[in-house]
Amino acid sequence: MGPETSDDAAVYRLNDDLAIIQTVDFFTPVVDDPYLFGQVAAANSLSDVYAMGGKPLLALNIVCFPDCLPAEVLEQILKGGADKAAEAGAIIAGGHTVQDDVPKYGLAVTGLVDPRRILSNAGASPGDFLVLTKPLGTGIINTAAKGELAPEESFRAALETMLELNRRASEVMARCGATACTDITGFGLLGHAAEMARASAVTLEIRTDSIPVLPGTRDLAAMGMIPAGAYANRDFLAGQVDMPEHLSPVTTAILFDPQTSGGLLISVPAAGIDLLAGEMKRAGVRAKIVGRVREKGPFPLVLI
Amino acid sequence: MTETKKVDCRGLACPQPVISTKKALDSIGRGTVVAVVDNDTARENVALFAKNSGHRVEVEKIEGNYHITITKDSPVEAGGEQETPPLQEGRPQAVYLITSNLVGQGSPDLGQVLMKSLMVTLSEADQPPRALLFLNTGVMLTCRGSAVLEQIQALSRRGTDIISCGTCLEYYKLKDKLEAGRPGNMMEINRYMAESAKVITIA
Repeated sequence: MGPETSDDAAVYRLNDDLAIIQTVDFFTPVVDDPYLFGQVAAANSLSDVYAMGGKPLLALNIVCFPDCLPAEVLEQILKGGADKAAEAGAIIAGGHTVQDDVPKYGLAVTGLVDPRRILSNAGASPGDFLVLTKPLGTGIINTAAKGELAPEESFRAALETMLELNRRASEVMARCGATACTDITGFGLLGHAAEMARASAVTLEIRTDSIPVLPGTRDLAAMGMIPAGAYANRDFLAGQVDMPEHLSPVTTAILFDPQTSGGLLISVPAAGIDLLAGEMKRAGVRAKIVGRVREKGPFPLVLI
Repeated sequence: MTETKKVDCRGLACPQPVISTKKALDSIGRGTVVAVVDNDTARENVALFAKNSGHRVEVEKIEGNYHITITKDSPVEAGGEQETPPLQEGRPQAVYLITSNLVGQGSPDLGQVLMKSLMVTLSEADQPPRALLFLNTGVMLTCRGSAVLEQIQALSRRGTDIISCGTCLEYYKLKDKLEAGRPGNMMEINRYMAESAKVITIA
């Protein structure tokens, strides 16, 4: 599987029963605490494997680190990454460090998947339900946190969702007949939804009033705590989203907000939605139905 | 007294331009603040912030920079977007204040059956209520394990604002179990009650 369907990871089939998933992601700190940053970065990197319906097996650290910071900071970042990888059942087998002014951390992850059960972007069919497994708002809250304007409750909720692996959500969707999946990261909900719509040759209808949002996100967005990425995502999709006239700039910003370690957007046939919703709940995943898949129309995305 | 202030936000990374502009606006009674920014993100964020704070905003592009003129007419409460949606004219939507997980006194089993029946009725009504406000043991209804969670979530999807009292969630240690709507404080809950033509209490 190559880049043409904008999938979350590369997939290479070894034989009829086994394929490897290969993915890499790393970024600058989103939280001050190095141990938490390590965990968030690792959860984010591992997510691409989960989004393809696979299981992470091996990971390598990718680190940029300045020589002016104490070595303990780096130790804490790596410890965070190792602990998160262990939670995912993966082994960190090594890695590489480059000296750089700004710290960066992430993982190159190798995962395994049964080639018959790969969940790509391309499988969504008209009539399917769309399910989102984490609330939006991490980009907006992290922006506010930089200016020390994020309420404690918002910051904690954002951290909690960024630390959460998409493992359980992935396991549930794999056994509940999901047809397509992607994880929500830098392009925001609508950016990643548009990729799924194009790859599947359908239109996705998103219910803006059903979108789960982290506490305080709307207030912070109204204060102008919107990251540049949200505007870039919006401009990139200009003319491709059918939006209601009355949609506020705040709601638009949330829908385009770039997410760190965001949730999975899952397409599941109507016959399987009750099972999936029930199983997600049992697994402790706060999954919400956010829309439906429709026949391909003039716009890849329609907001209602 | 009318004051004019200029804030140079060029070269500042997000969200600093908003913070600098806010400081300047807070420091004057009424008058104008001109924020100079050098990128589109800062322009949109500063303009959004100023508009949502109730000020007039004009943007002018001068030599590659944006000059955002913000006029503050009178000292207003800066408070972002209004959280409570405005009342729809001619359609008085009811607000339900639910202060218990059971309907009425007497048998708890019956109280639970009645609550289920009420929530099913509300979730299937032509016009959903404007808001459901959950207080005291009422917050158990919006949390994991509630027998009426499905109905409340359905109402939320239909646009009913679902607010559970944050203090109550804390008291009953349910904060991380909230599954429908959002937590809210007494100020929000009171605003709904004070502003609504029809408040129905379920106790």
